[in-house]
Amino acid sequence: MSSVAKEWREIPGRYNLQGTKCEHCGKIFFPSRSFCPACRRAGIGKMKEVKLDRHGEVYSFSVIHEAPECNNMQKPYAVAMIKNREGVLISGQLVDVDLDKIEIGMPVRAVLRKLDADGAAGVIHYGFKFVPDN
Amino acid sequence: MRDVAIIGIGATKFGELWDKSFRSIGIEAGMKAIEDANLSGDEIDGLFIGNMSAGRFINQQHVDALVADYSGMATNHIPATRVEAGGASGGVAFREAVMAVASGLHETVMVGGAEKMTDLDDASINSVMDATADAEWEAGMGITLASNYAMIARRMIHDKMATREEIASVAVNSHFHGELNPGAQFRKGIPLDTVLKSGPVATPLGVFDCAPITDGAAAVILCPLKDAKKHTDKYVKVAAVAQASDTLALFQRDSITEFKATQAAAKRAYEMAGIKAHDINFAEIHDDYTVAGVMALQDLGFYKKGEAGKAFLNGETHFDSGKIAINTSGGLKARGYPIGAAGVAQIVEVTEQLRNEAGKRQVKGAKYGLAQSVGGNGSAVTVSIMEAI
Repeated sequence: MSSVAKEWREIPGRYNLQGTKCEHCGKIFFPSRSFCPACRRAGIGKMKEVKLDRHGEVYSFSVIHEAPECNNMQKPYAVAMIKNREGVLISGQLVDVDLDKIEIGMPVRAVLRKLDADGAAGVIHYGFKFVPDN
Repeated sequence: MRDVAIIGIGATKFGELWDKSFRSIGIEAGMKAIEDANLSGDEIDGLFIGNMSAGRFINQQHVDALVADYSGMATNHIPATRVEAGGASGGVAFREAVMAVASGLHETVMVGGAEKMTDLDDASINSVMDATADAEWEAGMGITLASNYAMIARRMIHDKMATREEIASVAVNSHFHGELNPGAQFRKGIPLDTVLKSGPVATPLGVFDCAPITDGAAAVILCPLKDAKKHTDKYVKVAAVAQASDTLALFQRDSITEFKATQAAAKRAYEMAGIKAHDINFAEIHDDYTVAGVMALQDLGFYKKGEAGKAFLNGETHFDSGKIAINTSGGLKARGYPIGAAGVAQIVEVTEQLRNEAGKRQVKGAKYGLAQSVGGNGSAVTVSIMEAI
């Protein structure tokens, strides 16, 4: 379920892995947050937009065989939780990979890909996915 | 705050109820609870309904009004409130109702939980379930609720906190008890191999690691503890109701192999009841995916990290093991998982056990029973404790 408005609104984080860093405690958040859940009031006004390091490694993964409607044509496909070089966890699809050869610790990097489309003539949703980083 | 008692319970059979509608199962459970509490119905002055997604499953919103209407209470003009918290909808509805009575705002309250899921096709049902994760940053990326649990399981196995066999044995335990529960969707025990060799849903989890698609409803009736005897001799005390939250998206947590919301809710519940984890005799836990069962036993404080899986595998969790009995109803896996009803059905099972009415699956001499209800991948959790009087 999506809409043109939602896709526009989400462009910064979805395209560029843009998050926020709390300049009070130094913690990085993805996706962006308006204030730091650790510092709360002390962090208000100190959240700085940052681009996350696109490189990381697989923290955990799964190959999906039962999918919702919007991803039904892709199955089986891999999803992974990635820990980037800054230690931030990010979830996304893992593509261009042999599904039998994915393993925890595998180096990966974020790339821009098509996520979905609203029908034949509808808006295309772009966003990040991860690929092996050899 | 005053003490609260459960004076009536009722539930439909859980399963694929093709011949029944959402409203008919809701009424069936409610009527059973009213009969069980020896009420006429007029005494009920508040109604709370746990329901996750009637809007998408049966295209019906405003189910609070629907249930009030078809249970004959709309013309009494009592307040009816629908509660949604993903898979924890029933557990949260129960807590809201207990607070309503404990505060003195209400005297006799019904908590209902209902979900009609089988009217939709499988891919659409998956979409509804996945909406309890983060719709923009998980589901929108193709991540499913099952795959998040699968990633928890994979990491747990990697960190040697549980083996694949131990995780699978959660389903074996639930089916063992489901066979003994006449109201369960699946009344058949299964061997470990059946779980391990079942078709993949999200690796490493297979079909038998996942709770089924279910229609069903459950209801309980509450009143002040001091008034319980006016209605029935078969009542139990609500010793604690606690609730906690965590980030909606699983990937935003420091650890994915524990649910801190369960830990927080359990801590509050034990404090409220004035007991420790080891005082609990049996528990209904939220095993929507097998790995959730392993985490639950650890997060609730029944076992240390890395030991819960072995307990399931060794059968320590059976009703007659003399240790802590887990999911004597069959749990979500075998009793069935009508989402909004599940948390209320757990309260029904705990009450039956404490009333010594659980038949072949009866836990002997139980004093305290616990129910844990979970929304999403651990983003909302309730822990309730009931005490035999």
